[in-house]
Amino acid sequence: MSAVVTDHEHEHHDHKPAGIKRWLYTTNHKDIGTMYLVFALIMFFIGGAMAMVIRAELFQPGMQFVEPNFFNQMTTVHGLIMVFGAVMPAFTGLANWMIPMMIGAPDMALPRMNNWSFWILPFAFLILLMSLFMPGGGPSFGWTFYAPLSTTYSGDSTALFVFSVHIMGISSIMGAINVIVTIFNLRAPGMTWMKMPLFVWTWLITAFLLIMVMPVLAGVVTMVLTDKYFGTSFFDAAGGGDPVLFQHIFWFFGHPEVYIMILPAFGIVSSIVPTFARKPLFGYASMVYATSSIALLSFLVWAHHMFTTGMPVAGALFFMYCTMLIAVPTGVKVFNWVATMWRGAMTFEVPMMFALAFIVLFTIGGFSGLMLAITPADFQYHDTYFVVAHFHYVLVTGAVFSIIAAAYYWLPKWTGHMYDEKLGQWHFWCSLISVNMLFFPMHFVGLAGMPRRIPDYALQFADFNAFISIGGFLFGASQLIFVWVLVKCARGGKKATAQVWEGAEGLEWEVPSPAPYHTFETPPVIK
Amino acid sequence: MALKHKSLTFKLAVIALAMFGFGFALVPLYDVFCDLTGLNGKTAVTAASADAALIDTSREVVIEFIARPNKEMPWVFKPEVRRMTVHPGEIHIMNYLAENPTGRMIVGQAVPSVSPGQAALYFHKIECFCFTQQQLAGGKNMLMPLQFYVDPALPSQFSTITLSYTLYDVTSAWTGDAAASSQLGE
Ligand code: HEM
Ligand SMILES: [Cu+2]
Repeated sequence: MSAVVTDHEHEHHDHKPAGIKRWLYTTNHKDIGTMYLVFALIMFFIGGAMAMVIRAELFQPGMQFVEPNFFNQMTTVHGLIMVFGAVMPAFTGLANWMIPMMIGAPDMALPRMNNWSFWILPFAFLILLMSLFMPGGGPSFGWTFYAPLSTTYSGDSTALFVFSVHIMGISSIMGAINVIVTIFNLRAPGMTWMKMPLFVWTWLITAFLLIMVMPVLAGVVTMVLTDKYFGTSFFDAAGGGDPVLFQHIFWFFGHPEVYIMILPAFGIVSSIVPTFARKPLFGYASMVYATSSIALLSFLVWAHHMFTTGMPVAGALFFMYCTMLIAVPTGVKVFNWVATMWRGAMTFEVPMMFALAFIVLFTIGGFSGLMLAITPADFQYHDTYFVVAHFHYVLVTGAVFSIIAAAYYWLPKWTGHMYDEKLGQWHFWCSLISVNMLFFPMHFVGLAGMPRRIPDYALQFADFNAFISIGGFLFGASQLIFVWVLVKCARGGKKATAQVWEGAEGLEWEVPSPAPYHTFETPPVIK
Repeated sequence: MALKHKSLTFKLAVIALAMFGFGFALVPLYDVFCDLTGLNGKTAVTAASADAALIDTSREVVIEFIARPNKEMPWVFKPEVRRMTVHPGEIHIMNYLAENPTGRMIVGQAVPSVSPGQAALYFHKIECFCFTQQQLAGGKNMLMPLQFYVDPALPSQFSTITLSYTLYDVTSAWTGDAAASSQLGE
């Protein structure tokens, strides 16, 4: 993508160092956005490769390719990389690229900090990945690193794990502060709160969630560190601690974290659907309120991950009802998207296809979430493949599909070229079919009792698992088409107009395509 | 950096730091919450007074005793009887058997847990070996007493209470009785 941007060094103040130095020292929001997105894509493939190892092992019952300990490292590091390395940085990349342009700001408010928040990230993941090569292997206690698995029973690489999570946390907090300061202070005159595009709104709320809960994650990994190496006993019953406390603190972070990974997706879909339905978004204000209430409620539901720890009935009921309550604002959103399309003049370019798939498949994930929220039912479903199916529907066909949709939607703005529509459609249909082969049957094996995070399984699950694995390999392969589309589009293609999409509205569509290195150095006038 | 950026950045950084502190504040908050509510099977680690209320002979409650040395603890550790039927209000004594089969002195600390958790508030220990650390020379054995009663206010849906002890080897952290009791007082 660098080639594309340098082509347009037409203004004299566009000077930037050439080569690697440009990327190391850049404080330009578009450069940093691009780096975040490329980084996320690389991580998506590294995490994806681990998923392929997992599915290869589970292709048949019995031990096939890898040692159980290595299998556990794969599930753990796959989860960590996908959450902290792929989905979150991709959203931050989109925020960097789009928020300043959407609110008519010349750049992010804190450009130097922006550079830092990106550049510490590769080191965090380098440390995490290198820990896999230590004697004894990398972390193998699951992405949720429950004590005592991560304290008493963990390997020597735990210190590296903790350190890398600290760095990821600092990076996200700095990124979040930057987003908030930008949105508060740099909106163009006339860009009032209720005129902001929904992507900006959802990211603003996400950023607040980030600064509220990432420090709690930092705290809980620190406790794991001191329990393991410095003799404290936060989670050790022998010293007066309690392992269940770990789960409370972790999920106090963990549940808002899952919303951190979905709110920006809501923003993306709320941008794409009106464009391709050629109608304004239905219920803009209700979208803002729904997002805020989801964010607030997300602090009150953490123990739905812990129903089986033996909670008193009153506690279980409280968390069950709060969890179900979240489905209400979520339903409002789905309703609004559908109402936006109602009687719209719809066309089905690739971004719209992914957005539509998002709406349907994310809703399936929401429904399985509601099933899990029913406490007595969760006793049966907990820690089975049903949970795996649930969170992959909301995260893969939810968060990841929205990121892919966003990439297709804004690629012409970034590169100045239209992507190859035909290849994009191939990418979409291959992904859609394979992702459902991959995750839908997991509901059934989960309901039948197949436990998650185990490298072997009972014989009756064999056919389903073979089918799931084939879906997995196909889904992995389909993403290579995506890379092909991206490379092709960065290299050339039909010239994109400023507006790109016939129905697109918003400030980002008023600047030329590709967006010049500097935009809105004088604030635009907002009607 | 403009002044208004600076002040907002500062405020947000303070929120982040406060939340880091909040994560740690959850630790004592959690203990206080569980103690107050008796959740999580937390029973008192200090003695209850012996002035038990009236004995409710109309009701029987089964008490089950489970004792288990932790994986690193070499002692043999078991209750004298596995279960006992009591009337609420009655004071009973129950002995636990401990034997140190190794050749060295080992200090043990028992950590109690009551289930169902909600019954924990109604299970009172007047005297318990779990209130202090216990030392036992190599090759010796001893009886460790527990004196308890069940509160007559125990809600009627509970007919069985299970008391479970896990025994930990705390020899390396042992610094004498004074330190031991202050550690337990928390
Ligand atoms: C209607 C909305 C939702 C409801 C009612 C819901 C409910 C639940 C419940 C009850 C569990 C615990 C299951 C168990 O472990 O037994 C769970 C797990 C999970 N959910 Fe959701 N959820 C919802 C939406 C989401 C969204 C939007 C995301 C992320 C984008 C998400 C991500 C996850 C993840 C990652 C886990 C598993 C964590 C783990 O144990 O590794 N959920 N959900
Ligand atoms: Cu949750």
